[in-house]
Amino acid sequence: PALSLFLFTIARDPLRIIILIAGAFFWLVSLLLSSLIWFIAVKASDPRDEALQRGLLIFGVMFSVLLQEAFRFLYYKLLRKAIEGLVALSEDGCSPISIQQMAYVAGVGFGLMSGAFSMINLLADALGPGTVGIHGDSQLYFLTSAFMTMVLIFLHTFWGILFFHGCENRRWWEIAAVVLMHLAVSGSTFWNPLYVGSLVPSYLLMAAAAVWAYLLSGGSAQNLRRFLLCKC
Amino acid sequence: MITFMNNSDSEDETCNERTSLMSAESPSIPSYQDGLQASEAGEAQIHRKRHAGSSRSPNNVADGDMADSGVRARGSALENEDEELTLKYGAKHVIMLFVPVTLCMIVVVATIKSVRFYTEKNGQLIYTPFSEDTPSVGQRLLNSVLNTIIMISVIVVMTVFLVVLYKYRCYKFIHGWLILSSLMLLFLFTYIYLGEVLKTYNVAMDYPTVILVIWNFGAVGMICIHWKGPLQLQQAYLIMISALMALVFIKYLPEWSAWVILGAISIYDLMAVLCPKGPLRMLVETAQERNEPIFPALIYSSAMIWTVGMAKPDTAARGPSQQTWDAAEDERENHSSPSHSDSQILETRSPVPSHPITSLEEPEEEERGVKLGLGDFIFYSVLVGKAAATPSGDWNTTLACFVAILIGLCLTLLLLAVFKKALPALPISITFGLIFYFSTDNLVRPFMDTLASHQLYI
Repeated sequence: PALSLFLFTIARDPLRIIILIAGAFFWLVSLLLSSLIWFIAVKASDPRDEALQRGLLIFGVMFSVLLQEAFRFLYYKLLRKAIEGLVALSEDGCSPISIQQMAYVAGVGFGLMSGAFSMINLLADALGPGTVGIHGDSQLYFLTSAFMTMVLIFLHTFWGILFFHGCENRRWWEIAAVVLMHLAVSGSTFWNPLYVGSLVPSYLLMAAAAVWAYLLSGGSAQNLRRFLLCKC
Repeated sequence: MITFMNNSDSEDETCNERTSLMSAESPSIPSYQDGLQASEAGEAQIHRKRHAGSSRSPNNVADGDMADSGVRARGSALENEDEELTLKYGAKHVIMLFVPVTLCMIVVVATIKSVRFYTEKNGQLIYTPFSEDTPSVGQRLLNSVLNTIIMISVIVVMTVFLVVLYKYRCYKFIHGWLILSSLMLLFLFTYIYLGEVLKTYNVAMDYPTVILVIWNFGAVGMICIHWKGPLQLQQAYLIMISALMALVFIKYLPEWSAWVILGAISIYDLMAVLCPKGPLRMLVETAQERNEPIFPALIYSSAMIWTVGMAKPDTAARGPSQQTWDAAEDERENHSSPSHSDSQILETRSPVPSHPITSLEEPEEEERGVKLGLGDFIFYSVLVGKAAATPSGDWNTTLACFVAILIGLCLTLLLLAVFKKALPALPISITFGLIFYFSTDNLVRPFMDTLASHQLYI
């Protein structure tokens, strides 16, 4: 689904593609830094202590979430500057792309990159001999991974919109809400062999975020109804 | 590698006869020529000829380097307007370059991941005589550094040789060299590639069919590249050639040498283009003095060249002028470092059919193309291919390098729009790519693996 989002909405406009790739880049850098921290922490600690390792892992995940949001903020700053430049350059004095579109594209960029990183090794292994989960892991490994990835991609998209909107209108509580949601989703994955614990809350949160973002972008129930009715 | 941006220039109206080597004589346009690329391409050609068969000539690299380094923006009277238009079309140009670079990388990565041949070590080029099978780390490092020095010096020699040839107007020689190079590339490498792919998928094909296929492919390729042909086909051929060359490099360069060479090449590119005494810069200046287009080296151009017989009359009227103009632009504009013309003399846009310019109006919406040297393509693909070829077989690393290279390309084009001169396209992208490769491979991989094994998501 994320790929189709990409094709239909982003591939047309070259500027959006650039923003997308740049968004992916920013996510990548944040991932890099967070894994650096984790790596240092692991090397400095005792590799045989299971509980400690797990604790470190959790710490790494949380830290990474915070870093991702920090980079989203940095990216927002960059895009603000870019918009001013674009406005100055364009002929009729208004930017060819609005900040909301940018928010959307940035969110998709983040989401695609995180989704790709989560899924692609899995997919590659899936092509090979069927040895995943042979040690008694859950049989639904692939399925849940796929769903989790999808929900994460969508979440990133919505978070992007919410985050940028919050930054634009200086509503700090929106930004805080995004960060908290992200932490909650990542945290819920800690229950992961118990899939109910992670997938269900994530989907609920995603639905909430979707509605919120939709309302923020100026939609309403009325618009939605008109759109659905007009199409058929 | 040099990237050029085509600016529309209203002064370039009277371009008439154009052969692939000579640019149209346009009125004094203070355009910068990217001679370096041409020379690089030429050099690559020479190299290719010399090393028929086994070694991939660094020439191409050299050539590419030369070509790459010079991208000159055209200064024109309509500078301000041009600037605006340039930056306005900037995003479009970037995409026009993203797509072929992405395609090339996809082809290379797909081949590496599926065809075993290109990851087996079956000897080395004679340009990298020192083996890396030594037991100690220090020795291996030393060998790779020595390999790099040899390779770079070969490239420099080729580049200088090409510049000298260009200075003394030995056009025929350069042209012949380019043709021979591309001939060898199109036929020999394609044959090897086809053979390996067929082996991998266990498909039998008899010799007559092979001969037919290769002959057609090669012949069409030669015509497309050196003469006229549909734009998309030409671009496709250039991409194929870059991919083939990159695959050869990946196969025949030992591990550490490849990385050190990548780093060294980007430094060399930077110096060759920007230093006042750099060979590429001299080439460009010479070409500029003579008011000629830069030697049609291996460059990939995304500009549209319209053929003479246009369907609609009004577009036809604009087409020729645009085309001629574009051709002129092509010649002058970007020379993204195609210096690695070694393997290919891909002239993306050399054929410009001469036709009288009927209308002299300035097209408001001209198809400005951006040119990128083929050498750039090759080295980007080498980086991504090497990332994909690592024994751990990690796709994350490949993806990370891919994004890094694209961002580097973006930044380079941005700088191009700002500075309006020939710029080396290699350094920024390769630096990003290298940083991301090493950091992803060593830092991110254990992190992501651990996360995936616990099925945690960040």
